[in-house]
Amino acid sequence: MKPKNQRLVLVIAATAAVLLAVLLAMWGLRERASYFYTPADVVAGKAEQGRTVRLGGMVERGSVQRLADGVSIRFVLTDGEASTPVLFRGITPDLFHEGSGAVAEGRLENGTFVADTILAKHDERYMPPELGNLAAEHKAGKTLQR
Amino acid sequence: MIAEAGLAALWLAAGLAALQLVLMIAALRADLGAARTMQSIAAVQGGLTLIAFAMLLIVFARTDLSVALVFENSHSAKPFIYKVAGAWGNHEGSMLLWVTVLSVAGAFLALLSRRTSQRTLVAALGAQAALALGFYAFLLIASNPFARLNPAPFEGRGLNPLLQDPGLAFHPPTLYFGYVGLSIAFSLAVGALLTGEVDSRLARAMRPWVLGAWILLTLGITAGSYWAYYELGWGGYWFWDPVENASLMPWLAATALLHSINVLAARGALKAWTMMLAVIAFSMSMVGTFLVRSGILTSVHAFAIDPERGTFLLALLAIYVGAAFGLFAWRGASLKEGAPFELVSRETGLVINNLLLSVILAIVFVGTLYPLFVEAITGEKLSVGAPYFNAVAGPLALMLALLVGIGPLLAWRRERRPMFKQLTVPALLGVSALVFTIILAPGMHILPRLGLMVAAYLAAASVLPLIGRSPFRAPLATWGMVVAHFGIAVALTGMAMNAAFTSETLAIAKPGEILSAGPWHVQLQDVTPTAGKNWTALEATLKASRGEGLVTLKPQMRYFTDPPTETNEAAIDTFWNGQLYTIVGKADPSGGWQLRLWWKPFVTLIWAGGALIALGGALALLGHLRRLLRRRREPNWRGRYA
Repeated sequence: MKPKNQRLVLVIAATAAVLLAVLLAMWGLRERASYFYTPADVVAGKAEQGRTVRLGGMVERGSVQRLADGVSIRFVLTDGEASTPVLFRGITPDLFHEGSGAVAEGRLENGTFVADTILAKHDERYMPPELGNLAAEHKAGKTLQR
Repeated sequence: MIAEAGLAALWLAAGLAALQLVLMIAALRADLGAARTMQSIAAVQGGLTLIAFAMLLIVFARTDLSVALVFENSHSAKPFIYKVAGAWGNHEGSMLLWVTVLSVAGAFLALLSRRTSQRTLVAALGAQAALALGFYAFLLIASNPFARLNPAPFEGRGLNPLLQDPGLAFHPPTLYFGYVGLSIAFSLAVGALLTGEVDSRLARAMRPWVLGAWILLTLGITAGSYWAYYELGWGGYWFWDPVENASLMPWLAATALLHSINVLAARGALKAWTMMLAVIAFSMSMVGTFLVRSGILTSVHAFAIDPERGTFLLALLAIYVGAAFGLFAWRGASLKEGAPFELVSRETGLVINNLLLSVILAIVFVGTLYPLFVEAITGEKLSVGAPYFNAVAGPLALMLALLVGIGPLLAWRRERRPMFKQLTVPALLGVSALVFTIILAPGMHILPRLGLMVAAYLAAASVLPLIGRSPFRAPLATWGMVVAHFGIAVALTGMAMNAAFTSETLAIAKPGEILSAGPWHVQLQDVTPTAGKNWTALEATLKASRGEGLVTLKPQMRYFTDPPTETNEAAIDTFWNGQLYTIVGKADPSGGWQLRLWWKPFVTLIWAGGALIALGGALALLGHLRRLLRRRREPNWRGRYA
């Protein structure tokens, strides 16, 4: 191959590779990105049944129930407007408490959110950005009620 | 006083960087012999940042609470080693470490580089100064690590206990050395594009830096993966967390660069392509720093949310990447392409390697940044995790691993030998691995199954370059390549075994009760309180056996007081064929305890593979450095530079 043709072939190959990457990525994202919803979105029917999504809210006080097998729990996530029951099997993360924020990842099955993973507030200072506003509103709401 | 001395050193270093940049412009325009002066300036600049960093270490070691950063991130009750490590376990300190490494690397470039022409060295030192200047400005304007508090508080706010771990002491610095080592490749590429001297000499000057940075990135990623595995207590080794991707992206780019640089060094070909990869590799380091340090991602690692800093970093990123690509567009086309090669040749093999790595890089990049774009544009929130990355990048990675076995067998320029015969044994091994998994584990997922097949094939194929020659006469660089490629097969085996054969048990156990996980029977003996320097814990004692012998594991649930946090401390026992991983959870009202047990066959191969890959890099680096030294001693040495 002449050097000039060689460069042309390389440029074409590189362009094709980038296009391939973008197409693959778009296909993958359309199928597999998980959206973040609040309980209000779930009530409004925005969350597709059976697809992996994230649900974020505050753990409602007094709602955490341990099931008979000892390792599953039921609780209710709320965003002040609406609430969604959640079922989770596993050891809850370190900072999972009633009245604090949590994000559950899993699927909506017949009105119950079946969580595979629970992400809780990571430490005293860190809060997932998606929950930041929610927590602030929650606090503000409480102060108003008082 | 100490904090002020550190701050003064930083200001001085920034001034010197500005001077270095001005000198570069002047020298390139007027052809001045400014190289000597610039070399001294770069060296002094590196020394000054070292002083600033040492000052930060001292205020942390003494827990000087009048320094705001110490108050925020330290505590007098913390173990000494974590007090010191805390210096870089926070935003400001880690950015100071970043700048320090950047300037010290610049100093080494100035003092050690004999291989490039004076003009290119001057241009590269100027580029390095421009990089440093931006990050000095970031530190001094938006993230001053030495800010004081008046009056000084009595006690610090502590450090996230999750980060009180030996992993913290070594993991971020290792990654930073890797990230920033790539800045030298970036500066050399920018310098060479400016002077037009893109040739094999430049490639040889760049190669040790890229190799060194790549080794550290490999080690950093491997160590980080193990840290997440035992510390976060989720039993996984890679979460596709954006912060992990932030370290994976520069690694992918550096891996591609490492391979294309060999083409440039040996054959003088792929000039523009290699320069672009050098620019992309460090750009990815900056993207990584931006992602981690701006706190814009939802992530277990996100530390601070501070839009001012994020914008500043984004502006720096845009300026440097934009300028480098602009320069590339301006000068890239004028580079003469080097020696031609035929379709079946090692060059083509390396081009395919580069294309696949670039595609994987683009997929990881898009997946990591997509949630940000969507949220910025539509306000919708979403996350992209393992399902996307595994499904989209996984098959490509396997394809790449398949080709890793073939590439090194090809000859430079053109391959006329029937070389596929050599691959008979590896191919047979791969096929028999596939047949074995189909017979023994019919329910296995497709990706781990193919993973085991490719791993078996690659383990054999990777050593072929050593067959038929005396192993002691093969150059160290060849040994390095073989070891690194073999490491890929080892890591792949670990990943596939872990994905396919992990057994998990999650249940409540009362003292005396026995649970089983894979071949193991695990008995809960009791749960007792215990305490450390700044934590209290409930510790479970587990007796585990599989047939003969008994091992004891003691997982803990720890409670830290400053700040109040609970963590699960996993207890892990390692055997030749896997790890038993145990976690204790919360108490049950009936007197039982939540226990989570995993038996993970051959999971350790994942990190052993990572270590082998890094070792391969180290061997190759050693080989190159030895040749450099030999060559310096014998001025007329003219050998092939493999």
